[in-house]
Amino acid sequence: MGMNMTEKILATHAGLKEVAAGQLVTCKLDMVLANDVTAPPSFKEFEKIGGPVFDNTKIVLVPDHFTPNKDIKSAGLSKAVRDFVNKHNIINYFEVGRGGIEHVILPEKGIVAPGMLTIGADSHTCTYGALGGFSTGVGTTDLAVALATGEAWFKVPEAIKVKLTGTKPAGITGKDVMLTLIDMIGVDGALYKTLEFSGEGVHSLSMDDRLTIANMAIEAGGKNGIFPVDEVTLAYIKNRVKKPYTIIESDADAKYCRTVTINLNELVPVVAFPHLPGNTKKVDEIGDIKIDQVVIGSCTNGRIEDMRIAAQILKGHTVHKDVRCIVIPGSQQVYKESIKKGYIDIFIDAGAAVSTPTCGPCLGAHMGILAAGERCVSTTNRNFRGRMGHVDSEVYLAGPQVAAASAILGKIAQPKDLQ
Amino acid sequence: MKKIVQGTAFVFGNNIDTDQIYPGKFVELTEIADIKKHAMSGSEIPDLVDKFKPGDIIVGGKNFGCGSSREHAAITLKGIGTSAILAESFARIFFRNAINLGLPAITCKGIHALINSGDQISINFTSGEIKNLNTGKIAYAEPMNDYIMNILQSGGIKAMILKMQKEKKTLQTK
Repeated sequence: MGMNMTEKILATHAGLKEVAAGQLVTCKLDMVLANDVTAPPSFKEFEKIGGPVFDNTKIVLVPDHFTPNKDIKSAGLSKAVRDFVNKHNIINYFEVGRGGIEHVILPEKGIVAPGMLTIGADSHTCTYGALGGFSTGVGTTDLAVALATGEAWFKVPEAIKVKLTGTKPAGITGKDVMLTLIDMIGVDGALYKTLEFSGEGVHSLSMDDRLTIANMAIEAGGKNGIFPVDEVTLAYIKNRVKKPYTIIESDADAKYCRTVTINLNELVPVVAFPHLPGNTKKVDEIGDIKIDQVVIGSCTNGRIEDMRIAAQILKGHTVHKDVRCIVIPGSQQVYKESIKKGYIDIFIDAGAAVSTPTCGPCLGAHMGILAAGERCVSTTNRNFRGRMGHVDSEVYLAGPQVAAASAILGKIAQPKDLQ
Repeated sequence: MKKIVQGTAFVFGNNIDTDQIYPGKFVELTEIADIKKHAMSGSEIPDLVDKFKPGDIIVGGKNFGCGSSREHAAITLKGIGTSAILAESFARIFFRNAINLGLPAITCKGIHALINSGDQISINFTSGEIKNLNTGKIAYAEPMNDYIMNILQSGGIKAMILKMQKEKKTLQTK
């Protein structure tokens, strides 16, 4: 029986020739990631297990959630990370000002590569499947065990094949693809499962599109999302990935529990209404919904292409008088490139606030908290009740083109509404 | 781990996310004593901690614990003394976190319709029998594999690893 990409990666890392869905395996980890929120509690657990870290070159620590430190407690969390880094000589540590949001910088700096098995104490660790590796989120205890042993247990997931046909039209983003898929299968449609993307439509997706899509696999309940490696992937990792990597392909007779087909030609801009990422509606069909805030950024949509799309739409326009528009480049590199290309000038001229990289508003931590009754169009990944602030505030998830057009018009809108 | 637990049920709906179980604004807390004060404070029962007694049982619908990987969600429910969480299905990271902490997360199809908040529930972890003592109705949990049972019986994965280190075993699943 053939294996799919995820099964092959898990098998290799478990030292097995073959694995099948449902099987429990213990795998060696290529990379272990944590941030300023999830790492400190795990350090205590790690100390109880004792011993050195399994490999100081295979651990990545990124303070990005409450950074730059929003208060004294969060400063303590970041300090705990820094102390651990110094004590255990962790090579991949990205201080404030030298990195950015974890899931933006790991691909950007070539830390993750095709065929790798990565776990991270952050649910959006599934992002790296965009590069053809297996990656998934875990909690604090799994992280502590991984730091000590370099291993983790997994149940081999069943796989859903997402067949992408056609070609992604101009004006459609990876976010539209993913919100449409979550609408089709539901927020638990991929529970414990792999979402394996395939079909000729994949080649029309940029790497930033794929990173957005894989990032939100968890929003359908997925264990991971994974893309085949093609010329787009190879062009992206060239000059980034400095170590040897393995390209994994699914066998022709690999097993899938379900196939879902999306014709990219038919996609339109969409928005996910509160309070679930699967409450997806076409922007064409929603009527007038006034908004108070727009956030463009996050591990989902804080990459250079997102900045470019937003800048192209905001150029020559002004943010609506009743709206605060907050733009957060996802990394220092994205920030710098946005300055070079003139995007930051466009944002500031339009009346948007531009922030240093941070997860901040996405989880309601800082940098854009909502008051009761306020509405926000956000390029982030979750619109749960109270996610960005008061329990009576509302988050509408969308791609950068919808967010930018909405900022200008003061209501949920798409670029064609500006004409 | 006790073989049989009994407690009062607190019933929640489908897709109870981690921000309802433990709002993001409290994730800067790191001590269990602090974390447990905010259990379910973003949910439809925001004052759960005032009503909940150690040994009581949380009941969810589909996809319980969806959202963040932040273990605070499982820690807070363990902190208030939850003896078990019953649900139609669990989000996978929450499930892992609960099991790793030694908190039984039990999948049982059809359970949500059988239990109302306030019902007395008994759970037999050996036989999988879940009984609503108010109605007499019985349901059976989906069996858990040996590896997961081993983690629960050890009182969590950390305790299991410490035990294995003593016995010089490695983290093997087979």
